[in-house]
Amino acid sequence: MPAFVWLTVLTALRILGRNRLRAGLTVLGIVIGVGAVIAMVSIGEGAKQAVQKQIATMGTNVIFIWPGSTTAGGVRGAQGGAVTLTVADALDLKKKIPLLSDTGWYNKSSTQIVNGNRNWNSYTYGASPSVLTIRDWAFSSGGPFTQAELDNAARVALLGQTVVENLFDPGEEPVGSLIRIKNVPFRVIGVLSPKGQSASGSDQDDIVFIPFNTAERKVFGTLFLGSVVAVVASTDRVEDLADAVEQIRQVMRSRHHLQGEQPDDFVIRTQVDIGKVQEGTSETLTVMLMVIASVSLLVGGIGIMNILLVSVTERTREIGVRMAVGAKRLHILTQFLIEAMTLSVIGGCVGILFGVFAARLTTVIAGWPTVIATQTVAIAFVFSVGVGLVFGLYPANKAARLNPIEALRYE
Amino acid sequence: MNPLIICEDIWKVYRVGDVEVLALRGLSLTIEQGEFVAIMGSSGSGKSTLMNILGCLDPPTRGQYRLNGVEVGCLRPDQLAEIRNQQIGFVFQSFNLIPRTSALENAQLPLFYRGLSLKEQRALASAALQRVGLRGREHHAPTQLSGGQQQRVAIARALVTSPSLLLADEPTGNLDTQSSREIMGILEGLNRDGITVILVTHEIDIAAYASREIVIKDGQILSDRATKGRPHVVGV
Repeated sequence: MPAFVWLTVLTALRILGRNRLRAGLTVLGIVIGVGAVIAMVSIGEGAKQAVQKQIATMGTNVIFIWPGSTTAGGVRGAQGGAVTLTVADALDLKKKIPLLSDTGWYNKSSTQIVNGNRNWNSYTYGASPSVLTIRDWAFSSGGPFTQAELDNAARVALLGQTVVENLFDPGEEPVGSLIRIKNVPFRVIGVLSPKGQSASGSDQDDIVFIPFNTAERKVFGTLFLGSVVAVVASTDRVEDLADAVEQIRQVMRSRHHLQGEQPDDFVIRTQVDIGKVQEGTSETLTVMLMVIASVSLLVGGIGIMNILLVSVTERTREIGVRMAVGAKRLHILTQFLIEAMTLSVIGGCVGILFGVFAARLTTVIAGWPTVIATQTVAIAFVFSVGVGLVFGLYPANKAARLNPIEALRYE
Repeated sequence: MNPLIICEDIWKVYRVGDVEVLALRGLSLTIEQGEFVAIMGSSGSGKSTLMNILGCLDPPTRGQYRLNGVEVGCLRPDQLAEIRNQQIGFVFQSFNLIPRTSALENAQLPLFYRGLSLKEQRALASAALQRVGLRGREHHAPTQLSGGQQQRVAIARALVTSPSLLLADEPTGNLDTQSSREIMGILEGLNRDGITVILVTHEIDIAAYASREIVIKDGQILSDRATKGRPHVVGV
């Protein structure tokens, strides 16, 4: 049988070669379908990986705890409106939950920052040193502040890349220089490595870190001592996140004296939760792509079926001769199926090339990141073979069921 | 030796709309191996139907047809295809070569369905082409060949499997006198080599090449006689 299959493929290629224009027009549907899917999946995949990179900039296995909304006389305020989270919460969580590798806390405030004759408005974070490690902040020069600097409320600051760009000349070394945050002088002891855009689109490098205690006592001022806008925590292993979240909830409820039916007065989100939102978006995109792909493959398949039916009619006599000299039904069926699959595979391959080219072109022209996954290409290929098989079946079966006498007599 | 073909009380009924057409009406026939038989008759006499049945293209409605001792009537289409491939060669009036395909590949076709390797197919097919005098034309397409040459390719295709039976349906119907003579010469030669040849024709001078002449009328045998002047070959 292998010799038979191989020779049939050659025959099919020769027959298609005779009618290049017809074959080309027939496979156009498949080419466009497969090409569009490859291009769009590549763009989607590129976007997905870009988002994953952004999510990774949040840190590793990070858990965020924010205050819940206030409820005053039945009117619910915005999330974070309540002032319920404290430094003590963060410390207690770390003490009571061994799963947590570390906890951190911070307040933030929009501040005017001055260096000599330049100024810039940026969010200043009054944070515990652990925030820097939990969120995986690296340094391009200098280093973090210490526990001692936190305890002593030292006037030291870490600057994000965007802040540096706006306050210093290019090439000027910020570490060691003196700046003023809300008119309070600070010494710059470190410059943070850039993280780029966050998953929600904000500039993560437009940031200043100062020790929490310094912020509370000397810069922001505060209504309730020890209150924070967020607590962050991390686990060593990603699998522990769910357990850790549950334990945090228990500890927080008991610390905040919440009983029975009372709702949480805080919100817990993990990096995984935030990632899932993005995944949901890309899943919707994937489903849409699959719909487009199915429609175009369907149209392409119908084209192949149509041209094969024409071919069966045109070659009725040939089929009769083949049957007369001993072709069995399976032989005829295989021959036409192979012709259909040859068409669809050629269409699929051209489509793949076309799609890859389109994706590359998108990267070059629009600057969008694209990722051509081997898996996508493989699936597109398998699908185009499948289309040939499915839509070739009816014409092939029609050919195989011809009566040899009538086929030989066909004019 | 057993006869090659034994037909006993063969009936063939076609249904054309509501009308039943009796193409063959209780025809019985025995053909020995090595015979050269001409089947004659006017159109509508049933000779083509008989040809189709003898060629295992169509089973009889009723009656027995034994080819080489095998009862053919009850076989399934694929089994018939195998018998055609193994035992029967066809030569048609309109040559029926596959267009835009070389003489060699046309002659290879039956071997292709036998599943032989390409090398074996080529060797046997070029030997067959040589036998019909087409050496050097292996790679010509049908359109590059004259009618007589095309029919020779068809004969090569028929004999490439070394069949025991060669069925020629008006093989010279589309040919001029000279080509007809050449084609009949080839068939005669093949018969001399031991192949049973059954020839359907309505031309008396073509039928004269055969050693036995059967005339069919209204689905029955009108006459069956050995042709004078030529030996009625029985056996090999």
